[in-house]
Amino acid sequence: MSHEFLVASAIGVLVAGGIFLALRARTFQVVLGLTLFSYAVNLFLFASGRLVLGRPPIWDQAVTEYTDPLPQALVLTAIVITFGMTAFVVILALRGFLETGSDHVDGDSVPCDTQDGLAADSEETRL
Amino acid sequence: MSLAVHLPILPIAIPALAAPVALLAMRRRRALAVGLGFGSCLAMLVTALALMARVSDGTILAYALGDWPAPFGIVLVADRLAAMMLVLTASLALIALLHAVVTRADRKGWHFHPLFQFQLMGLNGAFLTGDLFNLFVFFEVLLIASYGLMLHGQGPARLKAGVQYVVVNLVGSSVFLIALGMLYALTGTLNMADMGLRVAAVPAADQGMLRIAGLLLVSVFALKAAVAPLHLWLPRTYAVSTPAVAALFAIMTKVGVYAIIRVVPQVFGEGAGAAAWVPAPWMFPAALVSAGIGFAGVFVARSLSEQAAYAVIGSTGTLLIAVAAWTPESLGAALYYLAHSTLAGAALFLVADAAARRRGAFGDAASPGPAFAGRGIAAMLFMAAAIAATGLPPLSGFIGKLLILQSVAALPDWGWAWGVILGTTFIGVIGFARAGSAVFWKTGEGEAPAARTYRTDFAAPALALVLLAALSAGAGWASAYAGAAAAQVLDPARSAAVVLAEATP
Repeated sequence: MSHEFLVASAIGVLVAGGIFLALRARTFQVVLGLTLFSYAVNLFLFASGRLVLGRPPIWDQAVTEYTDPLPQALVLTAIVITFGMTAFVVILALRGFLETGSDHVDGDSVPCDTQDGLAADSEETRL
Repeated sequence: MSLAVHLPILPIAIPALAAPVALLAMRRRRALAVGLGFGSCLAMLVTALALMARVSDGTILAYALGDWPAPFGIVLVADRLAAMMLVLTASLALIALLHAVVTRADRKGWHFHPLFQFQLMGLNGAFLTGDLFNLFVFFEVLLIASYGLMLHGQGPARLKAGVQYVVVNLVGSSVFLIALGMLYALTGTLNMADMGLRVAAVPAADQGMLRIAGLLLVSVFALKAAVAPLHLWLPRTYAVSTPAVAALFAIMTKVGVYAIIRVVPQVFGEGAGAAAWVPAPWMFPAALVSAGIGFAGVFVARSLSEQAAYAVIGSTGTLLIAVAAWTPESLGAALYYLAHSTLAGAALFLVADAAARRRGAFGDAASPGPAFAGRGIAAMLFMAAAIAATGLPPLSGFIGKLLILQSVAALPDWGWAWGVILGTTFIGVIGFARAGSAVFWKTGEGEAPAARTYRTDFAAPALALVLLAALSAGAGWASAYAGAAAAQVLDPARSAAVVLAEATP
């Protein structure tokens, strides 16, 4: 198997899993789905400069062939941004869960487990 | 090296410097932060006007960051359209900030002023950048700030809507990156001007990929612009945001429209071969549907802020009906209407807030409540804002819609465009009249709250309406400018020549 096939199918599997999870109803699954999806996007961006094996991206006296350096810079930026956004959405989902007593993406109904007492507390804060 | 050379970077640099200083000052001295915010917004307005004066003769300014040559380094490009959007942003920012300070909304959370400045930095950057990846980065800057601003003031309703808003935009950002990756793989550049020249050379075997990349890119912009069927996140988000913030967000949907106007003619314009105007056939029906949905929402909305949120969707739809024709006349009409609809949407949010603050527990619900102090002024302002939003004379919405109707009359599909624009206007008028008469006319049961509000909170919506009046009074000049900007946008070869020649000394 060529490594192009491996990279492409890895991206495909990540996208499929990411979309499946992102369409789920609860925030934790959605966050996981978004994470998988952003991994797929980063891999895809990395591959957008064509896959080259064993070549340096920056100038080197010893070699004449290079790999495209720009996607690596793009991926770095994209990773930083998506990482920060994921952290933000985790905190936001947690805060939403604590304040509304529901981890549903729609925010409606489906109260959480009553045993931990969060649902009971949140009854008054829901409105 | 005079300051005039660095004019294009100033709209990004001013808020970028003001935000951290506001963050430092905010802790102890709120007055300082407020002063800083106003100073920064005024400075941005002055810079934007200077930039507008500079480019109004057709000059295109390309500013190479760090003096790196254009296809390799990052450039900022300021033309008529960008200057217009900068002036609009700065004016809107002043209005929103004024309202936030007057109604003390900026005290409800910790970091209003720094976030506000970062939001403006993202907006200005998105309008100025000449590079697709930096468009993505500035989109993220403005989105991150908007997440913070949207949640400003706390409360479960905002958190619920916030989770949806953030998730939708994260998916949008990921799709944006996929589109960028595909375009880079096909053309080997991210500079918009350079990409516009290189798409023609894409081999026939890759045309399908190019079309998909174009459609993905435009669908991301459509998501930001809340065009149907990608509009579902907007009404809830905007209706629960702090009103001053929602007023500022009125320009966020226009960023999506701006990006479409900027990217489609430049990258997928005449010279793009088989992929030329690839998103155009999709945009027109989507625009018709979103205009319909928006004004239908105005008709059925149960509160004034929800109505304002739907009016934003409707006006974006109307705007895109004109954009989708891609002729200089229709694009000029669209740009004039863009400036108008942004201010009108903001005015609606602010009036809704001014009324809600006086009605106590009734808030801005579109149902009869007790008579309240200042009802006359609020009713007048609401009527003026509603007139502007629906496009009745004498305010600029009428002129904008008239220009749009006139410009699309030559199209084969003009019947659909006319029918939808006129029909939605009618539905919008009834919707606003119904809500307005329920809120401001009928007196229902209930106790009027003790007057704790001040008349100063009418200042910001009044200012927005004054600007709209000015836009109507100066309609000749403004529509001529918009027409010239549209012609410039539809002639990407010239701007590409300027951008790519800039850095080769």
